[in-house]
Parts: sequence; structure tokens; C-alpha cells
Amino acid sequence: MRYLPHTDTDRKAMLDAIGVASIDELFTDVPEAARLDGLIDLPTKQTELQVERAMAAMSSRNVAASQAPFFVGAGAYKHHVPATVDHLIQRSEFLTAYTPYQPEISQGTLQTLFEFQTQVALLTGMDVANASMYDGSTACAEAVMMAARVTRRTKAVMAGSVHPHYVEASQTLAKYSDVSISVTDAAPADLDAVIAEIDDTTACVVIQTPDIFGRLHDLREVSRIAHEKGALVIAVFTEAVSLGLVEAPGNMGADIAVGEGQSIGVGLNFGGPYVGLFACKDDRRFIRQMPGRLAGETIDADGRRGYVLTLSTREQHIRRDKATSNICTNAGLCSLAWTIHMTLLGEKGLTQLARLNHETACELADALSAVPGVELVNETFFNEFTILLPKKADQVVNDLARFGVLGGVPASRLYPGRFENYLIVAATETNTPEDIAVFAKALAGVL
Amino acid sequence: MTTRYTEDHEWITVDGDIATVGITAYAAGQLGDVVFVELPEVGKSLSKGDEFAVVESVKAASEVYAPVDGEITAINDALESEPAKVNEDATGDGWFVKIKLADASQLDGLMDEAAYTAHTA
Repeated sequence: MRYLPHTDTDRKAMLDAIGVASIDELFTDVPEAARLDGLIDLPTKQTELQVERAMAAMSSRNVAASQAPFFVGAGAYKHHVPATVDHLIQRSEFLTAYTPYQPEISQGTLQTLFEFQTQVALLTGMDVANASMYDGSTACAEAVMMAARVTRRTKAVMAGSVHPHYVEASQTLAKYSDVSISVTDAAPADLDAVIAEIDDTTACVVIQTPDIFGRLHDLREVSRIAHEKGALVIAVFTEAVSLGLVEAPGNMGADIAVGEGQSIGVGLNFGGPYVGLFACKDDRRFIRQMPGRLAGETIDADGRRGYVLTLSTREQHIRRDKATSNICTNAGLCSLAWTIHMTLLGEKGLTQLARLNHETACELADALSAVPGVELVNETFFNEFTILLPKKADQVVNDLARFGVLGGVPASRLYPGRFENYLIVAATETNTPEDIAVFAKALAGVL
Repeated sequence: MTTRYTEDHEWITVDGDIATVGITAYAAGQLGDVVFVELPEVGKSLSKGDEFAVVESVKAASEVYAPVDGEITAINDALESEPAKVNEDATGDGWFVKIKLADASQLDGLMDEAAYTAHTA
């Protein structure tokens, strides 16, 4: 594609044609306070070499996750992504494919989406999955709205131990709707608090497992009580690898399972793009109310297998403001990476990976609890847990960084003003015994 | 029993103070094969013009509007498993809801069959 900049003459001709004097006049609808009154102070031009130098100098100020013993989780996890994944997603047929709007000519894309959905459904113990959402938080928010549509109720109850960013995303989406969200206190027995909130007007309860502190929850009891009251159960996960080892939400009574798929195939990517997973039970009321795109398998006029986008009439490009969601796209490339990684792992590989994560986390928990003054908070965990420190966790994290250790997320960053001495730490298969020893030693040093 | 029609292609047949409402055969034909009908809950009260149902075909999804004020007294559950009834028998087995009329005089503002035939011609 050629790049043909407009000349001043071109611009004038266009402005004359629409009858305005300057380009600025096109922006008069934007409040003056929100407009820049001049150019941003940037160099007007630099050579390629100068730009490379400047960018390299800037990026060297970061400590990359791969450059240090890294124990940060709380919603995004550092896992090994096989080189095969990157190689395959960069094939031009895949890399350039956006979510299909004239879908049936892109049979390969639809087939990968169908495989993706099948894997998500199997992993979550659900019957139907969509072709992905933006990320875990928006998938969670969409699930709350879906539950309200299905039950025709407007009250949602979220456990305080659901990732606070997911709670915020849900509150943002619900803000201009009839749905009101109550969030229980993030106290230890918060499942009891959730149960206490369920009544005949409750559309759904939202519970994360493993939760933000790393604790696992059995959803059976809360599901039974919620269903008695006609409410749906939404199970949230931020660490998809956990599903290789812990019971699938669909087997514990959850009606909708949503979560972040980043752990598998995607990488940290500075916080995005990620891939939201969304699945639900095979209930006619549910499927019609699902957000997002759905790829389906069918046969053509000659009886041959083919793939289609199905139930598109729920979607925004057809249903406009009445659509089940304003998502009529999917995280195409990330969902592809997810599917390729999952295919490479297989069921056995995923279980092994999950086991390795848990074993590494157990070793980390042992090493850190042996540090004087450190207390392990969790009774249960998968690959992430919370420790209680004798001083403020944000200060400890800063001090650890000076020792070259990225030592987790202070809970107070997610709950401002609370849990100040609590530190959330994650371990994955990428952490070596040396990493763990360095972390424990550095922690002993800074306390 | 009288049957009246709206400009949005609903029909309403009144028996006493209970009206049966559906979409016309013309509308069903225009939509194509109906694959899903979403119906309201019994007991819901409606004002004339409220959206009370959604009818979805292989090519479109459309709202169905209340022709009069009233309260839903029954819904056609059979449409859940057999939405094709809307195409097969739009003014019979393909009915959507029954409404208890709040104000029978509202019927006077609707089209009779001759007017509706002219409307869709």
C-alpha cells in the first residue's frame, strides 16, 4: 500500500467542499478544556537509528519478567509459551484474519473457533462456549448482564474475593443498566457472606476460584442454595491452568464459567491483549442470551461438514441496541494461540503442567513460610497464595525489587487502604529452585 | 369476536375482556422461518406500544409491540419448542399471548381487516 500524504491544496479543497475554514472547526463538539492548544512537545523528526537508540534506552529502564525471579500473578501469569505457537499464529492466513463478518468463506477461521469453543467447554465442564471475549474481566461483566437477562432479575452478588478489577469492570458495564451489584466483604469466610445475600430477587452470584488471594472454593453448596432461589451461579477464574487440576466449575453446579485465558498460549504482553473465556450450560434460555460470537458445525447441501457463525441474530450488527452484548467480535489471534497451545498440551500435558505449577507453588510456600515473621495465610491454593508480613507489603515489594526480585502484588494495591501487610505471590513452571531460594533469601533480608 | 390489526403487524382478537395477540401471516411470511420466540412472563402489565416479545427468524429478529394496554394472562408455551407454528398458523396455533384488556376502547384505534389488507398491499 502506498502512503500518499495530503498536500495543503488537497486539504483546502476538502475543507472548501464541506464549508469549514480549518480542520480545528471539525472538533468544536469536543469541549475546549479537553482539547490540546498546541502541539505536544516531541521532536519533529529523528532518524531510524536515533529512534532505535532512544527506544532501547527507554526499554532498558524496565525489568522484564524474564530477567528476574518473577512471582507476580493476581490475574496475569507468566508461563512458558512453546515457540510452535508463535510460529503457527504468524502464518499469514491466521495472522491477518479478523473476526469474520462474511464468515462462511473463511472455513479455516471458523473451524479454529469451533475447536477453541470445544476446548473451553471441556475445560470448564460446560456445554457451550463462545468464540472468546476481550479478557477475563469483560467476560465476567458480560456474564452478570446475561444472568440478569435470563432470570429477569436485577440484583447481582459478587464475592469480595473476586479480582477487584473484574468487579470494577462489571460495575462499569452495569452502571447504565437496571442491574445493581452488591459486593461482599473480602473477608476469609466470604462464601458464607455471599450465601447470606442470596434472596428471591438475586439474578446471580459471582465467585472466583482460585480467588484473588489464591484460595480454592467448592461451589457445590453455594450453587445448591442459589438454585433454590432461582439465581444463577457464575464461576470466575483468572488462572486457566488451574483447571488442569481442580474440579471444573461446571461439575460444581456453576451455570456460567468465565475467566482469563492468558495463561495458555498468550503471554504477559504488558497486560494485553488477552483472551476472555466464556462458557455456559446447555439451556435454551442461556444460549440465546449469551454474548459474543458462536461458531457452529453443520453440513452443506451435499452433506459435507462445514462451519458457520450461528445465532447471529443476537448480535449487534443485526440486533443493534437490542443485542445481547455490544461485543460482536472476538479475541481472534489470542484465541488461536490459546487453541494451538492447548492442542500441543493435550489433556495429559495440561494436567502435568498444572501439577508442576502446584508443586512449584508448594515449594515456594514452604520456603517463604520458613522466613522469620512470614505467615502463610491460605489453607488451600493452586499456584498462588497470600502471605502475611510483619510490615507493609508495598514497601517490601519495592525493597525486593532492589534485590532484583519481582516479589508479587501487595493486596493493598487491589484493596486500597486494606490488607496492607498482605502479599499475593504466584509461582509457575517458569520458576526454578534457584529463583525460590533467591526470593526467600531476599525476603529475609528486607524484613 | 372481533379482530384488529396494528401498523406493526400484530393481530388482536377479543373475546370478552380477554384478547389474544400474535403476529400476522404477512409478517411471518416477511420474516421467513421463525426459529425462536421470546415471550414475557404471565402477570406483566403492558402499555400500548410496549415491546413484549421478540420473534427471531433465520434472517432477522424483531420486537413485537403491545396493541393495547393490559396484563398478560397467558403465554403460548408451545412456541418454545415449536416456533414454526408462527409460520404455519400465524393467527391460530401461532398466537403469542393473552392479554386482559384495560381499556376496550383502544381497539377502535386499530385497523380492521380491510384496512390492514390495504396497509400491506
